[in-house]
Amino acid sequence: MKTIKTILQSPESLLGAWVTELEPAGWGSDGKFGGADWKHQAGEFLQALSSASRDGLPDLGSSDSREVRNFLETLSRSMAEKGASSSETATWVFSLKKPLFARLNAAITDDSRQLASETWAASELIDRLGLFTVSTFQKTREEIIRRQQEEMLELSTPVVKLWDGVLALPMIGTLDSARTQVVMESLLQRIVDTGSEIAIIDITGVPTVDTLVAQHLLKTVTAIRLMGADCIISGIRPQIAQTIVHLGIDLQGISTKATLADALTLALKRSGYTISSKAQAT
Amino acid sequence: MQVADSNSLDLQTEPDIVKARQLVRQFAQTCGFSLVDQTKVVTAASELARNTVKHGGGGVMTVDELRDGTRRGVRVKFEDQGPGIADMNLAMTDGWTSGGGLGLGLTGSKRLSNEFEIESSPGQGTRVVITRWK
Amino acid sequence: MIERIPILRIGKFLLITIQVDMHDQLAMTLQDDLTVAIEKTGARGVLLDISTLDVVDSFIGRMISNISAVSSLLSAQTVVVGMQPAVAITLVELGLELPGVHTALNAERGMAMLRRELPEDEVDASRRQ
Repeated sequence: MKTIKTILQSPESLLGAWVTELEPAGWGSDGKFGGADWKHQAGEFLQALSSASRDGLPDLGSSDSREVRNFLETLSRSMAEKGASSSETATWVFSLKKPLFARLNAAITDDSRQLASETWAASELIDRLGLFTVSTFQKTREEIIRRQQEEMLELSTPVVKLWDGVLALPMIGTLDSARTQVVMESLLQRIVDTGSEIAIIDITGVPTVDTLVAQHLLKTVTAIRLMGADCIISGIRPQIAQTIVHLGIDLQGISTKATLADALTLALKRSGYTISSKAQAT
Repeated sequence: MQVADSNSLDLQTEPDIVKARQLVRQFAQTCGFSLVDQTKVVTAASELARNTVKHGGGGVMTVDELRDGTRRGVRVKFEDQGPGIADMNLAMTDGWTSGGGLGLGLTGSKRLSNEFEIESSPGQGTRVVITRWK
Repeated sequence: MIERIPILRIGKFLLITIQVDMHDQLAMTLQDDLTVAIEKTGARGVLLDISTLDVVDSFIGRMISNISAVSSLLSAQTVVVGMQPAVAITLVELGLELPGVHTALNAERGMAMLRRELPEDEVDASRRQ
């Protein structure tokens, strides 16, 4: 595959033709994906390919191809963040085929067998690069979605201060392990930041409590106690109370209240406050 | 999946356990782990490092920074040529409160990690690999 | 590397602040030193401040449990303060619940807890010192 190697080793020869392919595909400086230095980026990629083909055709798994991989990962990431589709992203790589084949055609004029086999090798190489790009793109997209979900979780379970030393965490929706982690961490941090000794976790808005949910709650309460604060669980509806008993879940001495109001009363009492009403005028 | 960076540490003495924690902390920070995730992987490594020093007669810890697409992770391997574990089932039960003996920290490290592999048999030494992803 | 962790005396209480990544020997030395100090000073309370400790593994966890148990046998109450959230979460995951160990959010609360536990006359005596 000498010819491909030679061509890849002189990236400047490919850049011009490739740029011509990319421009109409939305990559120009005014294009959807372009940007000020899009030509420079294309040149960089070709340089990376050139370094990777020092010992022959680039092998994506080798350390020589590290620059190529990094480049494609960065590209996928930025495309995913711009909201591009996976095929739009792959086009960037696949559009390199035409210029590469054209150069091969020009270079191998007397041996049709060699031309055919090198064209095939070139095609396979670009395909591999394209597939790598697409799979990285998909992983990035999944990561972005996951990050957004986490951010939504944090927003949907705010920790509120009910009183000096009393925090409340109204939980709404299903409690899964990822959610509980995020929520647990922010609650614990708020406890430390505010020096609050009582945290009320209100589960009025949690539709079902099964063994797994109960475990998550228990872990949270244990962590709170380890830090030197305590916890009251409120919002236990009759059905949930029954489920807890049926499942044989041991709430290990955690105080529970049916309503947030009752929990607040208990919290204030424990904190040493009494509430009295002003005498009524008669 | 690739290994972006790697480092290893000889584990022979107790101060080496502290160095092990610091090295794993470094890698976890480089990968951008949250504070909680950093603490989990460092704590797991501390347990396993101690096992290597106290029960394995000393050994080696290798830390790798992993990249899988855009996902990043930390993989820590502990190897020793010690007596090995005779009863794996027993070693992997929750016996940490019973004080002393082999297997303490193995189950804990497993719970603190996303992936956990262990190979050990009498006379063959022990090899434990834990991985935590961001 | 420091040789031992200093133990401060405040009236009838002993205060220990752990500020380094402890190696095992240091932890063992601390336990021994503390036992001696309680005996020598007749301390009735121990405040263990771990607010700068960012890793607590099973060995350190056991040290904390031991300090609490031994002090109690020597008539001193122990309170551990300042546990970081990440540490608390990790301990729970590790399965280390430190039963019987009293904890408080910070040194101020911890001291208040220790004073509450002392019988009235001893509190006055400690204030007078």
